[in-house]
Amino acid sequence: MSTLSLAVRDSSTMLRRNLLHARRYPSLTLNLLLTPIMLLLLFVYIFGDVMSAGIGGGSADRSEYVAYIVPGILMMTIGGTVIGAAVSVATDMSEGIIARFRTMAIHRGSVLIGHVVGSVLQCVASVVVVGAVAVAIGFRSTGATVLEWLAAFGLLVLFSLALTWIAVGMGMASPSAEAAGNSAQPLILLPLISSAFIPAGTMPGWFQPIAEYQPFTPAIETLRGLLLGSAIGDNWWIAILWCVGLTALGYRWSTASFNRDPK
Amino acid sequence: MTTTSHSLAIEAKGLRKAYGDRTVLDGIDLAVPAGSIFALLGPNGAGKTTAVKILSTLVTADAGELRVGGHDLASEPQAVRASIGVTGQFSAVDGLITGEENMLLMADLHHLSRSEGRRTAAELLERFDLVEAASKPVSTYSGGMKRRLDIAMTLVGAPRIIFLDEPTTGLDPRSRHTMWGIIRELVSGGVTVFLTTQYLEEADELADRIAVLSNGRIAAEGSAEELKRLVPGGHVRLRFTDPAAYQAAAATLREATADDEALSLQIPSGGSQRELRSILDWLDSAGVEADELTVHTPDLDDVFFALTGGTNLPDQTKETVR
Ligand SMILES: Nc1ncnc2c1ncn2[C@@H]1O[C@H](COP(=O)(O)OP(=O)(O)OP(=O)(O)O)[C@@H](O)[C@H]1O
Ligand SMILES: [Mg+2]
Repeated sequence: MSTLSLAVRDSSTMLRRNLLHARRYPSLTLNLLLTPIMLLLLFVYIFGDVMSAGIGGGSADRSEYVAYIVPGILMMTIGGTVIGAAVSVATDMSEGIIARFRTMAIHRGSVLIGHVVGSVLQCVASVVVVGAVAVAIGFRSTGATVLEWLAAFGLLVLFSLALTWIAVGMGMASPSAEAAGNSAQPLILLPLISSAFIPAGTMPGWFQPIAEYQPFTPAIETLRGLLLGSAIGDNWWIAILWCVGLTALGYRWSTASFNRDPK
Repeated sequence: MTTTSHSLAIEAKGLRKAYGDRTVLDGIDLAVPAGSIFALLGPNGAGKTTAVKILSTLVTADAGELRVGGHDLASEPQAVRASIGVTGQFSAVDGLITGEENMLLMADLHHLSRSEGRRTAAELLERFDLVEAASKPVSTYSGGMKRRLDIAMTLVGAPRIIFLDEPTTGLDPRSRHTMWGIIRELVSGGVTVFLTTQYLEEADELADRIAVLSNGRIAAEGSAEELKRLVPGGHVRLRFTDPAAYQAAAATLREATADDEALSLQIPSGGSQRELRSILDWLDSAGVEADELTVHTPDLDDVFFALTGGTNLPDQTKETVR
């Protein structure tokens, strides 16, 4: 069997195993969905009036603010979902079965690839669920073309992949599932200090660089542009650069930890 | 098949491994002929698991020329992995899924076809008495059931060389005997088994060759019979119920080794009929009347204690175990 077909075959076996875990024990995935949905409802229905007013005039029905916040919430959903990947990788690494995999003539990377693909699929599913909630409370993206929809989908997948690899690296580096959950926490908190909820331009001057030069802001701005027609500017390539960079970094980090002698 | 090294399933020369400044394996040599059972014995912490982990490609050695299944461990680890099956000391099963799913997972990773995978899984579940539990999550299994599943999973790919790190620890006597039967069956089919064990009886029962690991080195190696000849462990043991009778006997039989707690005396003896008769005559003439008399021939316990830093008195095992 060629290396590639071995890689595909073993990785899909590992993926099936991870999906089986996720299906049998859905609470982790479902819990991670709660945060973005709750924040969406909180910002729209509780803080909505002030927020709508804040982003410029603001209409009475908050629809403008719903439109503003949804792209950020979708990216945050990804940040939250990959915490699950960090936790399940750390849990998995503490399991004896990983030692068994290491002594088998399987594709070396398949264990991690299985986790990564599984996590990306979960991200997509979570984005669909949160997106459905957004539509239910009035989010509309009628102006976007099919191409823009495809680009938006591609961006979400790419961003999921990048954050997943980082989360997998965190999971590999953590001694326990709790530690992994903690160290991956910034992935869901970063959107709070991005342009997800309020434009970066409205933040205090000293803070703006932090909001602007982090991966979430360009990704959110690009998604916003694709779905709602706002200006994208340089954001699209900065977002892609971030995704590629984080993917490469997370991949190197994860595989290096996996190839090290187990403790 | 022309050179001798081809008939060796496992070969190690100068195997070394240290964790920090603790040298665990200090240059050990091993040679396990294909189709035989090799047992590695040693006290807790001797490095048995470390040796298994290294030979099964799980951790890398610091030094040593190592070959498993004819392949060099350092340069062809995937080829080694293709010829081995490993059951580590600690359970290597997926607790979140069922026993059957674990077996099918192994079948998939060995690239068996769907029908072949199902058949192999069903066969092994049957063989290891796990049919009833097959559809339950492994996290609900007892320790012994997990152990059996663990070994069943190792056999899925029909490996030619099998590493078993304490395979019967935690098994009840029936399961242990079943396991011994399975190991013998495997070997009669030409499989090589490398096992570690804490049960000397197990090594005695199964192993063609036994090595005793102590302080990072192989303290002795050979068949069970060869090892037993190394130690003068034979003795006759006299046990008393009355402390007074015990004291009197102990005072009379000065050459016996006394165990005050167990109220017993040990007299060195090879265990032949002639020796026994002379001991009995001597006891009669000395007026010693023991409540129980047992003849003890040297066994692997004696070898173990003698070689691993203890004494060869089994009654003192409690103190010699670290
Ligand atoms: N990852 C590790 N890091 C540091 N020290 C280790 C590591 N693994 C094993 N050791 C040390 O190596 C020594 C040998 O351990 P090993 O597990 O091989 O012993 P063992 O003979 O299998 O013992 P047991 O009978 O208890 O299973 C021990 O002193 C142990 O503390
Ligand atoms: Mg051990």
